[in-house]
Amino acid sequence: MSRRGLLRGAAVGAGALTLPALLTACGDGPGGDKKTVTVGSNSSDAVPKKAFAAAFTAYEKKSGKKVDVNTTDHNEFQTNITRYLQGTPDDVFMWFAGYRMQYFAEKGLLTDVDDVWKGFKGFSQALKDQSTHDGKQYFVPYYYYPWAVFHRKSLFEKQGYEQPKNWDDFIALAKQMHKDGTPVAFCDKDGWPAMGTFDYINMRLNGYDFHKGLMAGTEAWTDTKVKKVFDLWRELMPYYQKGALGRTWEEAAQGLQKRQTGMAVFGMPHPGQQFPENERADIDFFAFPEIDPQYGQDAVEAPIDGFLIAKKAKNVEAGKALLKYLGTPGAEDIYLAGDPNNVAVNDGADTSKYTPLQKKSAELVSGAKQISQFMDRDTRPDFAQTVMIKALQDFIGNPNDIDGLVNRIERQKKEIFSSAVS
Amino acid sequence: MRSVALKTARRAGRRRSRRFTRRDLAVLVVLLGIPVLLDIVIIWGPTLASIGLSFTSWDGIGDIHWVGGENYRNLVDNYPPFWPAVRHNLLWLAFLGLIATPFGLLLAVLIDRGVRFSRFYQSTLYMPVVLSLAVVGFMAQLILGTDQGVVNTILNNHENPIDWLGDSDLNIWMMMLAASWRHTGYVMILYLAGLKSVDPTLKEAAAIDGANARQTFFRVVFPTLRPVNVIVGVITVIESLRAFDIVYAVNKGRNGLELLSVLITDNVIGEASRIGFGSAIAVVLLTVSLGFIVTFLVQELRGARDR
Repeated sequence: MSRRGLLRGAAVGAGALTLPALLTACGDGPGGDKKTVTVGSNSSDAVPKKAFAAAFTAYEKKSGKKVDVNTTDHNEFQTNITRYLQGTPDDVFMWFAGYRMQYFAEKGLLTDVDDVWKGFKGFSQALKDQSTHDGKQYFVPYYYYPWAVFHRKSLFEKQGYEQPKNWDDFIALAKQMHKDGTPVAFCDKDGWPAMGTFDYINMRLNGYDFHKGLMAGTEAWTDTKVKKVFDLWRELMPYYQKGALGRTWEEAAQGLQKRQTGMAVFGMPHPGQQFPENERADIDFFAFPEIDPQYGQDAVEAPIDGFLIAKKAKNVEAGKALLKYLGTPGAEDIYLAGDPNNVAVNDGADTSKYTPLQKKSAELVSGAKQISQFMDRDTRPDFAQTVMIKALQDFIGNPNDIDGLVNRIERQKKEIFSSAVS
Repeated sequence: MRSVALKTARRAGRRRSRRFTRRDLAVLVVLLGIPVLLDIVIIWGPTLASIGLSFTSWDGIGDIHWVGGENYRNLVDNYPPFWPAVRHNLLWLAFLGLIATPFGLLLAVLIDRGVRFSRFYQSTLYMPVVLSLAVVGFMAQLILGTDQGVVNTILNNHENPIDWLGDSDLNIWMMMLAASWRHTGYVMILYLAGLKSVDPTLKEAAAIDGANARQTFFRVVFPTLRPVNVIVGVITVIESLRAFDIVYAVNKGRNGLELLSVLITDNVIGEASRIGFGSAIAVVLLTVSLGFIVTFLVQELRGARDR
């Protein structure tokens, strides 16, 4: 056999192997089937994944349709969202409420679900606002979780700590904790956990409307109001545990669990997922303390997660049918039975099985005058990702150069917000 | 056998009359054309697209707006991570080039001289090379983590832990050490192969001429290693310019670990989708790489001509 013959044989062989694969790739994949609805899920953590599966199984039983879930790693899903929505998205996908949803609605990547919303009962006006863009609803809320200051009940009892109501008491408590060898837990290796503290100090000091304006780019970061936020935050810095920039939120929550730290500004699922099941009853929280009495503790940071339909979804009807079900209190009950680290959004949901912590969370959120989402959900993703993560980490690394910091933020903000969203 | 020989002879005869048969041409076109086409589509297409996009503002969804040199202006004086990233890339290059690579050479020479258990050292030092840098990054986290890392556990400095990976003055050095751990083994193996091929009579001749060990190495052995030196130099430059996975695994390349490759990823691929701006950073990295590539090619071509 000659060399050429061998080469030709190899080429033909390779073609024979790849061609069928190419042909099947061109064919119609899953999704054309009217009895199946596909769901793009970012719930890659074990607890929520299982809880979602229970909710979808319940829908399959009720409707006789099949729910096909494609789970992607949580952070990866976020990173790829732009390409996901422009490629071949699933019929329904999981995402966040507020500006982070409105941004994609503005860009025309979402299908509005007005008609589904018309049949909904039990959603508050605040929830509807968070689901709305330009007068149309694009989002079906499913659950939310409040941010607050979390701690171990037993540690507070043992040390005789009192839950502080205002900033001075809060600082005094932090100081005491630091002295007792259990400093305030703090972490920002992931880039987002510190945003919660910034948001809360800002909303307590300057009010929810200022937070909104600042996130929307209409208020200036060089405003003395913003500098004051950083100044106040700096008061807390000496009482934090050291090395925040090298610590993930998981490690910080585990430190809280091991009684190495006294308290932490967290979202409800963060300590919840890191505490062993038999110690979860020991978790308690208090609302972020009051700074300016004018704003009291009115605003609560409570990110809402839920479901949407992409513009490019193949099977919009099936997607809407699923959303209709997911907006019912019953569907939320099934989920929360599997994941007790969140709170139902629907007033009709069954709260009798709530843990005391869930009850307290529900009260905190329902008592709130305004609900914010979170810095990276209330502002443009390009601004949150490329400017604010670095800015807050810079501040934590060097809390003294506030003027330089806010100037840098403002200049970058002007640049980014000068390019239109649509 | 005979028929093959005959065929070859016949083919050779035909080739003399007409340089290429139609079949030869077809084979040439296919075999050359496919790589050239792939090269254009996969390498030059995206490169030119990046350069084009770097003069625009695009979010990956809507229209592309021409903004001229705006991205570059912005990059230079309104993007705080840019200059640190450039500095870190150069530092990385210097560290690998001046510390890790010579250290690899030293190890190779020591092993080549036949220390005891040289096989054992050789395989131990080469082991990290099979690991991906992302894996090295995860290992660095296990070893250097603030709360649960091995080093801090041993130091038992719970009150005031050293923040190996969070302190922005310290973490880049830790990363370069971790990257060097892998790079050194790689360089060592390359030099070891080179040293084995050095003709021992050269060393003998040098010894007879009265050269001491150091002179023998620097004047005789090292110059004969030129081909290996070139390869090692190229690898060192490539490794330092493409450094990405290790810092991304550790903290997404933030807070003291900014590198050009990370900034490109953050802007182009992340949820941010500042594609035009990210492309401008990519063009900067391309320019730096081209500088090295051109120098290398000029050297090689000149060397080939001289030889």
